[in-house]
Amino acid sequence: MKITILYFASLRETLGLERESVEVPAEIATMGALRNWLRLRGGAWAESLVEGRAVRMAVNRQLAGPESLLVDDAEVAFFPPVTGG
Amino acid sequence: MGQATSLVRVQHEDFDLTREVQALRQGDAGVGAVAVFVGTVRDVNEGSGVSTLTLEHYPGMTESALEDIAAQAHQRWRLNGTLIIHRYGELQPCDQIVLVAVTSAHRGDAFEACEFIMDFLKTRAPFWKKEQTPAGTRWVDARRADDEAAARWDESSPNTDRVRSSPAG
Repeated sequence: MKITILYFASLRETLGLERESVEVPAEIATMGALRNWLRLRGGAWAESLVEGRAVRMAVNRQLAGPESLLVDDAEVAFFPPVTGG
Repeated sequence: MGQATSLVRVQHEDFDLTREVQALRQGDAGVGAVAVFVGTVRDVNEGSGVSTLTLEHYPGMTESALEDIAAQAHQRWRLNGTLIIHRYGELQPCDQIVLVAVTSAHRGDAFEACEFIMDFLKTRAPFWKKEQTPAGTRWVDARRADDEAAARWDESSPNTDRVRSSPAG
């Protein structure tokens, strides 16, 4: 499954990456699984996406939880808790 | 009242409060109350001087998140109109950041919906603030108080809210 991943704010800076296209293995079906899978990259990835750290997620521009399903061609995003207003 | 208005704008440019409120309630004689919130840039946060505030957002998702919040407000209260304007990019102390304006027949609905929209915006709209301080730049941390403020609105169901009598005003 091919998806696009966007990173915002401090997460984008820490990872040094704004956007990437990724071919995700078939067994990665949810946002929680995707987060765990990205952590396997190690280094800044392991640290910034570690369990327990407040990371917010979106699938196709809707806030998502760890159970949210990935769909083909999805635009998913990882970002820190929001601070607008 | 006629068709309820729901407007959302995400822009770098400043906004004119008087003009925006005028446009929102123009020609609607059913409006008896206008509640407005304007958020502005402070020059001190967490004990440090702030010289520049940079707001990043998620284009595309930001607009739909704000539209969704406004739609929820229209469901929960009897509103004639809502307007949300949020700025992004580099801002200076004293600059305006955000405008929420709500019109309704009576003040109760307008006051509550305005606060609801701000509470949800603070916790659900994808904006992030970065501050320039004498010690360098830093991302603003989310505040627990904002989560608690948003959670208050979950306690009462939308249906209960809708039939609650509002004081005339």
